Amino acid sequence: MEQKNLKEEILRISGVNPRKCMKCGKCSGTCPSYEEMDFHPHQFVYMVESGDIEPLMASGSLYRCLTCFACVERCPRQVEPAKLIEAVRLTVIRQQGQNHLKPDQLPGMLDEDMPQQALVSAMRKFAK
Amino acid sequence: MQRIGVFVCWCGSNIAATVDVKAVAEALGKEPGVVYFEDYQYMCSEEGQNKIKNAIRDYKLTGAVICSCSPRMHENTFRKAAAAAGINSFMVEIANIREQCSWIHKDKVSATEKAIILGRAAIAKVHLNAPLTAGESPVVKRALVIGGGIAGIQTALDIADAGFEVDIVEKKPTIGGKMSQIDKTFPTLDCAACILTPKMVDVAQNEKIRIFSYSEVDAVKGFVGNFKVSIRRKARFVDEVKCTGCGLCTEKCPQKKVPNEFNLGLDQRRAIYIPFAQAVPKVATIDADYCTMLKTGKCGVCSKVCAAGAIDYKQKDTFVEEEYGAIVVATGFNPIELKKYDEFAYSQSPDVITSLEFERITNAAGPTGGTLLRPSDGTHPKKIVFVQCVGSREDGGGCGKTYCSKICCMYTAKHAMLTREKYPDTEVYVFYIDVRTPGKSFDEFYRRAVEEYGVHYVKGMVGKVSPENGKLMVRASDLIEGKQLNIDADLVVLAAAIEPDQSARPLATMLTASMDTNDFFTEAHPKLRPVESPTAGIFLSGCCQGPKDIPETVAQASACAAKVIGLLAKDKLTCNACVAHSSEMLCNGCSTCEKVCPYGAISYEEKEFRMPDRTTRVRRVASVNPAVCQGCGACTVACPSGAMDLHGFSNRQIMAEVDAICK
Amino acid sequence: MVFQYYPGCTLKTRAKELDRKARLCAEALGVQLEEIKDWQCCGGCYPVAKDEIATKLSAVRAMMAAKDAGTPVVTVCSACHNVLKRTNHDMQTDEVIRDRVNRYLKPDVPYAGEGEVLHFLEMLRDKVGFDTIREKVKNPLTGRKIGAYYGCLLLRPGKVMAFDDPENPSIMEDFITALGAEAVRYPYRNECCGAYLALEDQAITKKKSSAVLHSAKCAGAQEVITACPLCLYNLQKCGDDLPVVYFTELLFEALGLE
Repeated sequence: MEQKNLKEEILRISGVNPRKCMKCGKCSGTCPSYEEMDFHPHQFVYMVESGDIEPLMASGSLYRCLTCFACVERCPRQVEPAKLIEAVRLTVIRQQGQNHLKPDQLPGMLDEDMPQQALVSAMRKFAK
Repeated sequence: MQRIGVFVCWCGSNIAATVDVKAVAEALGKEPGVVYFEDYQYMCSEEGQNKIKNAIRDYKLTGAVICSCSPRMHENTFRKAAAAAGINSFMVEIANIREQCSWIHKDKVSATEKAIILGRAAIAKVHLNAPLTAGESPVVKRALVIGGGIAGIQTALDIADAGFEVDIVEKKPTIGGKMSQIDKTFPTLDCAACILTPKMVDVAQNEKIRIFSYSEVDAVKGFVGNFKVSIRRKARFVDEVKCTGCGLCTEKCPQKKVPNEFNLGLDQRRAIYIPFAQAVPKVATIDADYCTMLKTGKCGVCSKVCAAGAIDYKQKDTFVEEEYGAIVVATGFNPIELKKYDEFAYSQSPDVITSLEFERITNAAGPTGGTLLRPSDGTHPKKIVFVQCVGSREDGGGCGKTYCSKICCMYTAKHAMLTREKYPDTEVYVFYIDVRTPGKSFDEFYRRAVEEYGVHYVKGMVGKVSPENGKLMVRASDLIEGKQLNIDADLVVLAAAIEPDQSARPLATMLTASMDTNDFFTEAHPKLRPVESPTAGIFLSGCCQGPKDIPETVAQASACAAKVIGLLAKDKLTCNACVAHSSEMLCNGCSTCEKVCPYGAISYEEKEFRMPDRTTRVRRVASVNPAVCQGCGACTVACPSGAMDLHGFSNRQIMAEVDAICK
Repeated sequence: MVFQYYPGCTLKTRAKELDRKARLCAEALGVQLEEIKDWQCCGGCYPVAKDEIATKLSAVRAMMAAKDAGTPVVTVCSACHNVLKRTNHDMQTDEVIRDRVNRYLKPDVPYAGEGEVLHFLEMLRDKVGFDTIREKVKNPLTGRKIGAYYGCLLLRPGKVMAFDDPENPSIMEDFITALGAEAVRYPYRNECCGAYLALEDQAITKKKSSAVLHSAKCAGAQEVITACPLCLYNLQKCGDDLPVVYFTELLFEALGLE
């Protein structure tokens, strides 16, 4: 997809307006997954807005966001960074062969206490 | 038949870029009664005015229509020009083709069409215009200042200095306001009390100024020059005249567990109290919510110890009725409540405080005697985190404010600097989004905090504060280094947004003064009339109009005083000529108009009328006092029989305008 | 008092005890829970993207069943609750989603989010009343210091979930106090446990979850309760010895059941 279309697609499916961001960094200040990510919530907002989306798509950070919505809840400008991260992730996994998690990987990941909820959520988050 | 001239202004390109001014002039020239038309680049210029004057003389015009900017801008200019050329100034009508046309449209064809329609409506009105003469009303040479903070104090002192009487109404037991709670003032670091209390004393000693402390405005009637205000003097259960302010009662009162609002609840006071040592008036007040005597009838200690016999448990609220020529609103601000910001743990830890609370715990008259100590355990904090913009600059859908509170960057720099100066072993972090320091010597002040005092300014925001084992774990972003920080702080200080005082909204309703969506009072013009409300006779001083620091507040307070003095210096005010009048033959005496009139301009009288059969009959009819009527038109729409009408805006004139638009 | 009941798949498998005890407690409190017929898995997490429709349908069907039955639907699992509530909010507020869902499902009367979903805790607070519970407690949990773990799903996004103050909630603390125990408030009670990353990288979930339990411990909690099977799993697996149980366990015990 062309850069411009990619950005528009991400904005459309996320419903986020990154221009509302005032670059305070509260999202990244509150993110519990910060240490696990190479691109942080505020960078997602900034980079989507500036159209620099491919590095985000290639980044493992997409699979480290917990969708805990702390950034959404605490953002003073109601930018909703988690929705933007979700949209970038979807633009990746909606491509043929780009599922991050495949069903045949699952058996090796399970233990006897693992709740179904974990499998269902992870599959929904990481595969199409 | 009127002889009407039409004058179409280009307003440079403001109008001409979107409206074909020549086409408008020509089209309007074909309207019935129009004997002259012209367009010109700047109708408001001297040259433009001369064109109007000359046309009036040369073409014997009886009326004029100026298609230009809003009548708020130049109606007066054009009316004066018309009067100078010998016709009554009320024979001039403005068609607003700028604010209501060119500025809000893009398409030239349709904008031109609309401009013609607006002009046509004005022409239709002029056909029904009649010369009007304005009456005069006297000015009560006394001003009311509502709010006794630094804004109200400065305005009152300046008005009194010009020789006029001023009353200050202050809802708290003392004047002084927020400034009396502040420790030092930026950027010069003078002690706030040292510069405020002399002014408070000046107020107390000034013969022209009366202070109604512990009082509130209860009702406002009247209009510019002639306000009638009812002031509720709340029962303080102490005779203000007898009380000497010795303070013995405040030491002996057995009820010691009252949260001390002057110290923002950080310590406790007695049920009878004087807020602080330099209070004006220095009079005790009994807090009825906590006084054992008032609640149970058993105590009376204060009364026993008062040598002056000033205690009066039976005191009731009283009302003072007074007349004023001008009213100044100086109701001030408050920090917002922070209970919606508990990611910062404000309600979960006593060591998370607001900046105003920080002022109190660094103030010599505060709960810690000026030593910086943690509210939880009274220890010295070794690591302090300041968080900027808490509740400011938010998106409109959130619980905060959309505006910048303006004062926080500077007072935080001050707090950080003073902490480092007094306690050099304390580490100080300031989390900022932007550092906003416009103002004389302001940026230099902030730079000193960074460069000379070693305050750590971190570009980023705190995301979570977690109280843990006596520490405050602060998780925050450092956007420049690209790190998430975890700081084990001892004290967290939140720069809470400021908002107008709660009393402002009901007061605005009483004064019929307009407010914005944030409850700040609106100015008559944001640039050119910044200290006046659009409601004549109402003036604005201090933070009730928008966030501002002390220097700006004092400047505005004096500007406000200058405007008030200008009004009070007049003996008479020219009234509005466009006043209501009632047709006695149509009036059925129902009193509806009297009830809706906000100015009390309508009264009823019994009048004898001759009937067609030559008998006489007494009927009750409305009569309008033209000196009091402000021409708001409420009565004309309320009148069920159509007896009420407004000079200059008669029902016929308005219908003619509507017809012209719909033609 | 009758409510529709949406157990969700985890309560039918790994979290059978949560389901069983929730039903028994409800019964003891005079509440009849009618399991929605043919309910389907909610999907475990709410599909955030605006163009996800198919993934929202099972939640919409559950909500429509509640509308038809004329009573709120009660959930116990935080995740199901989050999905149902947010999807229903979409049906109330997002015209595009509402339109597309209705065109797909073709109900007799278009659905616009009229159904109501209550979490079991909300049902206890708003329908049964904590005072009633206090009266019905047979074995008060006196002297026990219990920390409530909310996690993310019950609280956020605050405006949609409208469950409690998202930064300083109190419903579970009030619940704990109603059972006679002491509620311990701690700052990490609304921080994430690591959620579904448990599948891929337990090092991360361990870090997140032990931070939560550390915070609870520091505040003096001796045990922690939760409403979410995944939170429970993560908290129990993180290596901290602080006991973590479902909130229904406490209620069951306090009501003197079994």
